[in-house]
Amino acid sequence: MKKVFAKIYIWLLLAVLYAPIIFIFVFSFTEAKSLGNWTGFSTALYKNLFSGTMQNSSALISALENTLLIALAASIIATVLGTIAAIGIFHLSGRKKQTMNFLNNIPMINPDIITGVSLFLLFVFLGISQGYVTVILAHVTFCTPYVVLNVLPKLKQMNPNIYEAALDLGATPAQALRKVLVPALRPGMITGFILSFTMSLDDFAVTFFTRGTIGLDTLSTYIYTDARKGGLTPELKPLMSIIFIIILVVLLFINIRQSKQQSSVKH
Amino acid sequence: MNKRSTWALPYFIFLLLFVALPLILILLYAVQDGSGHFTFANITKFFSDKDALSTFALSIEVAIENTALCLLIGYPAAYILADNKLNPSAVTVVLFILPMWINALMRTLATAELFNMAGIQLGKGTLIFGMCYDFLPFMIYPIYNVLKKMDKSYAEAAQDLGATSSEVFRKVTLPLSMPGVWSGIMMVFMPTVSTFAISEFLTNNRIKLFGTIIQENINNSMWNYGAALSLIMLVIIGFTTLFQKDDRQESSRGGAL
Repeated sequence: MKKVFAKIYIWLLLAVLYAPIIFIFVFSFTEAKSLGNWTGFSTALYKNLFSGTMQNSSALISALENTLLIALAASIIATVLGTIAAIGIFHLSGRKKQTMNFLNNIPMINPDIITGVSLFLLFVFLGISQGYVTVILAHVTFCTPYVVLNVLPKLKQMNPNIYEAALDLGATPAQALRKVLVPALRPGMITGFILSFTMSLDDFAVTFFTRGTIGLDTLSTYIYTDARKGGLTPELKPLMSIIFIIILVVLLFINIRQSKQQSSVKH
Repeated sequence: MNKRSTWALPYFIFLLLFVALPLILILLYAVQDGSGHFTFANITKFFSDKDALSTFALSIEVAIENTALCLLIGYPAAYILADNKLNPSAVTVVLFILPMWINALMRTLATAELFNMAGIQLGKGTLIFGMCYDFLPFMIYPIYNVLKKMDKSYAEAAQDLGATSSEVFRKVTLPLSMPGVWSGIMMVFMPTVSTFAISEFLTNNRIKLFGTIIQENINNSMWNYGAALSLIMLVIIGFTTLFQKDDRQESSRGGAL
């Protein structure tokens, strides 16, 4: 009985959570401009999206490219910076360690808007003109703490003598890093990278304040400007639907493979 | 002292430049006028600005209501998801994070459109419900992580010693899950107070939250007043974190995949 209630509760909640996404998906198959308007089944929006024949298609495509490039650049930099930092922090002690942990926590506690405004003021103060570089730096700022937090536990699990042993056996520190540390820390680095990538993709507020006035748009800022002008580009619906399907397939695939591996380990 | 501790140095410099200095700049800009002279005018302007004050009060109210709603809906969900008997598969857990990969603004626009279609007037009600929808995963995850890692033998021991299942929950499970609850509250409350685009979409610009005022001032080149408003927000964050133990490190977004 309890189990039935639990199942109903979870699936009801999921139904509510997915309603808007399903809504976008359904209405991507009609030609109407506004979201809730059904004018018969049509794949015209998908065709427009792929042939690039819609209005401001180049703007939408470049927003998509910018989003992906910025997310990729920011999460790669954050993963490298965060992993090296985590190794350093792990070997610190006392007040220095506390200070680093404290500073590392700030970007996670700060709401997006504070991160955005404060970095905006920094770039104004330093006289740096804003664009790609400032957006990427800003994204690195809020992503790196998550890499640090995911790599630190892996360092704790690791046998500290292996690295020393590699050095004793004649490895240079760079070799020891590449062949001993990185393989041991890889799971934490991957989780940190994926988290960074996700947060960068979804970010709106920080990008909004640090993109400057050169007309740089990511999907988020594109949607925001578009919606405020009154009419959302209809081709966003098929684009979002495609992104959703890809993510759904990838995540389910990873998860099913993982649970298969786990069950084969158990038996 | 180990030599590898110096590896923290690049990140330390990065944090000073991109985290500490920007926050100091908020303070600096907040206590200056447009030409760089020291003044408290920006701060006093806020406390004498009726609109800003009522927006501020409304933002806090909406944030509290939204956080409470998320907790009310999210705790049972986290409890069920973490229970192996009630929820044997990990796929449902993944299904709860999945919407986060779809652009939040796009989802919010669709939510607002759904309200429109259902004939529900956009306003405070839709704002709270819609934001709860956006932030619910941030409440579920920390609580789920804590419950999942919890040592089940405490609950079993309580049961063996004669506690009823509601007593087990009230006196064992709930207190042990409090770190997750606090993390969830932080992760929902803070973004809600400061949100701007989401609140604009969900109320069709009828209701302004504090984040919108900050954004308007910064975008209209009123940097000093915008900085002062951000400073007020920072003070609140400072107070909220003081009441919270340092447990978010382990229970926050760590286990998203």
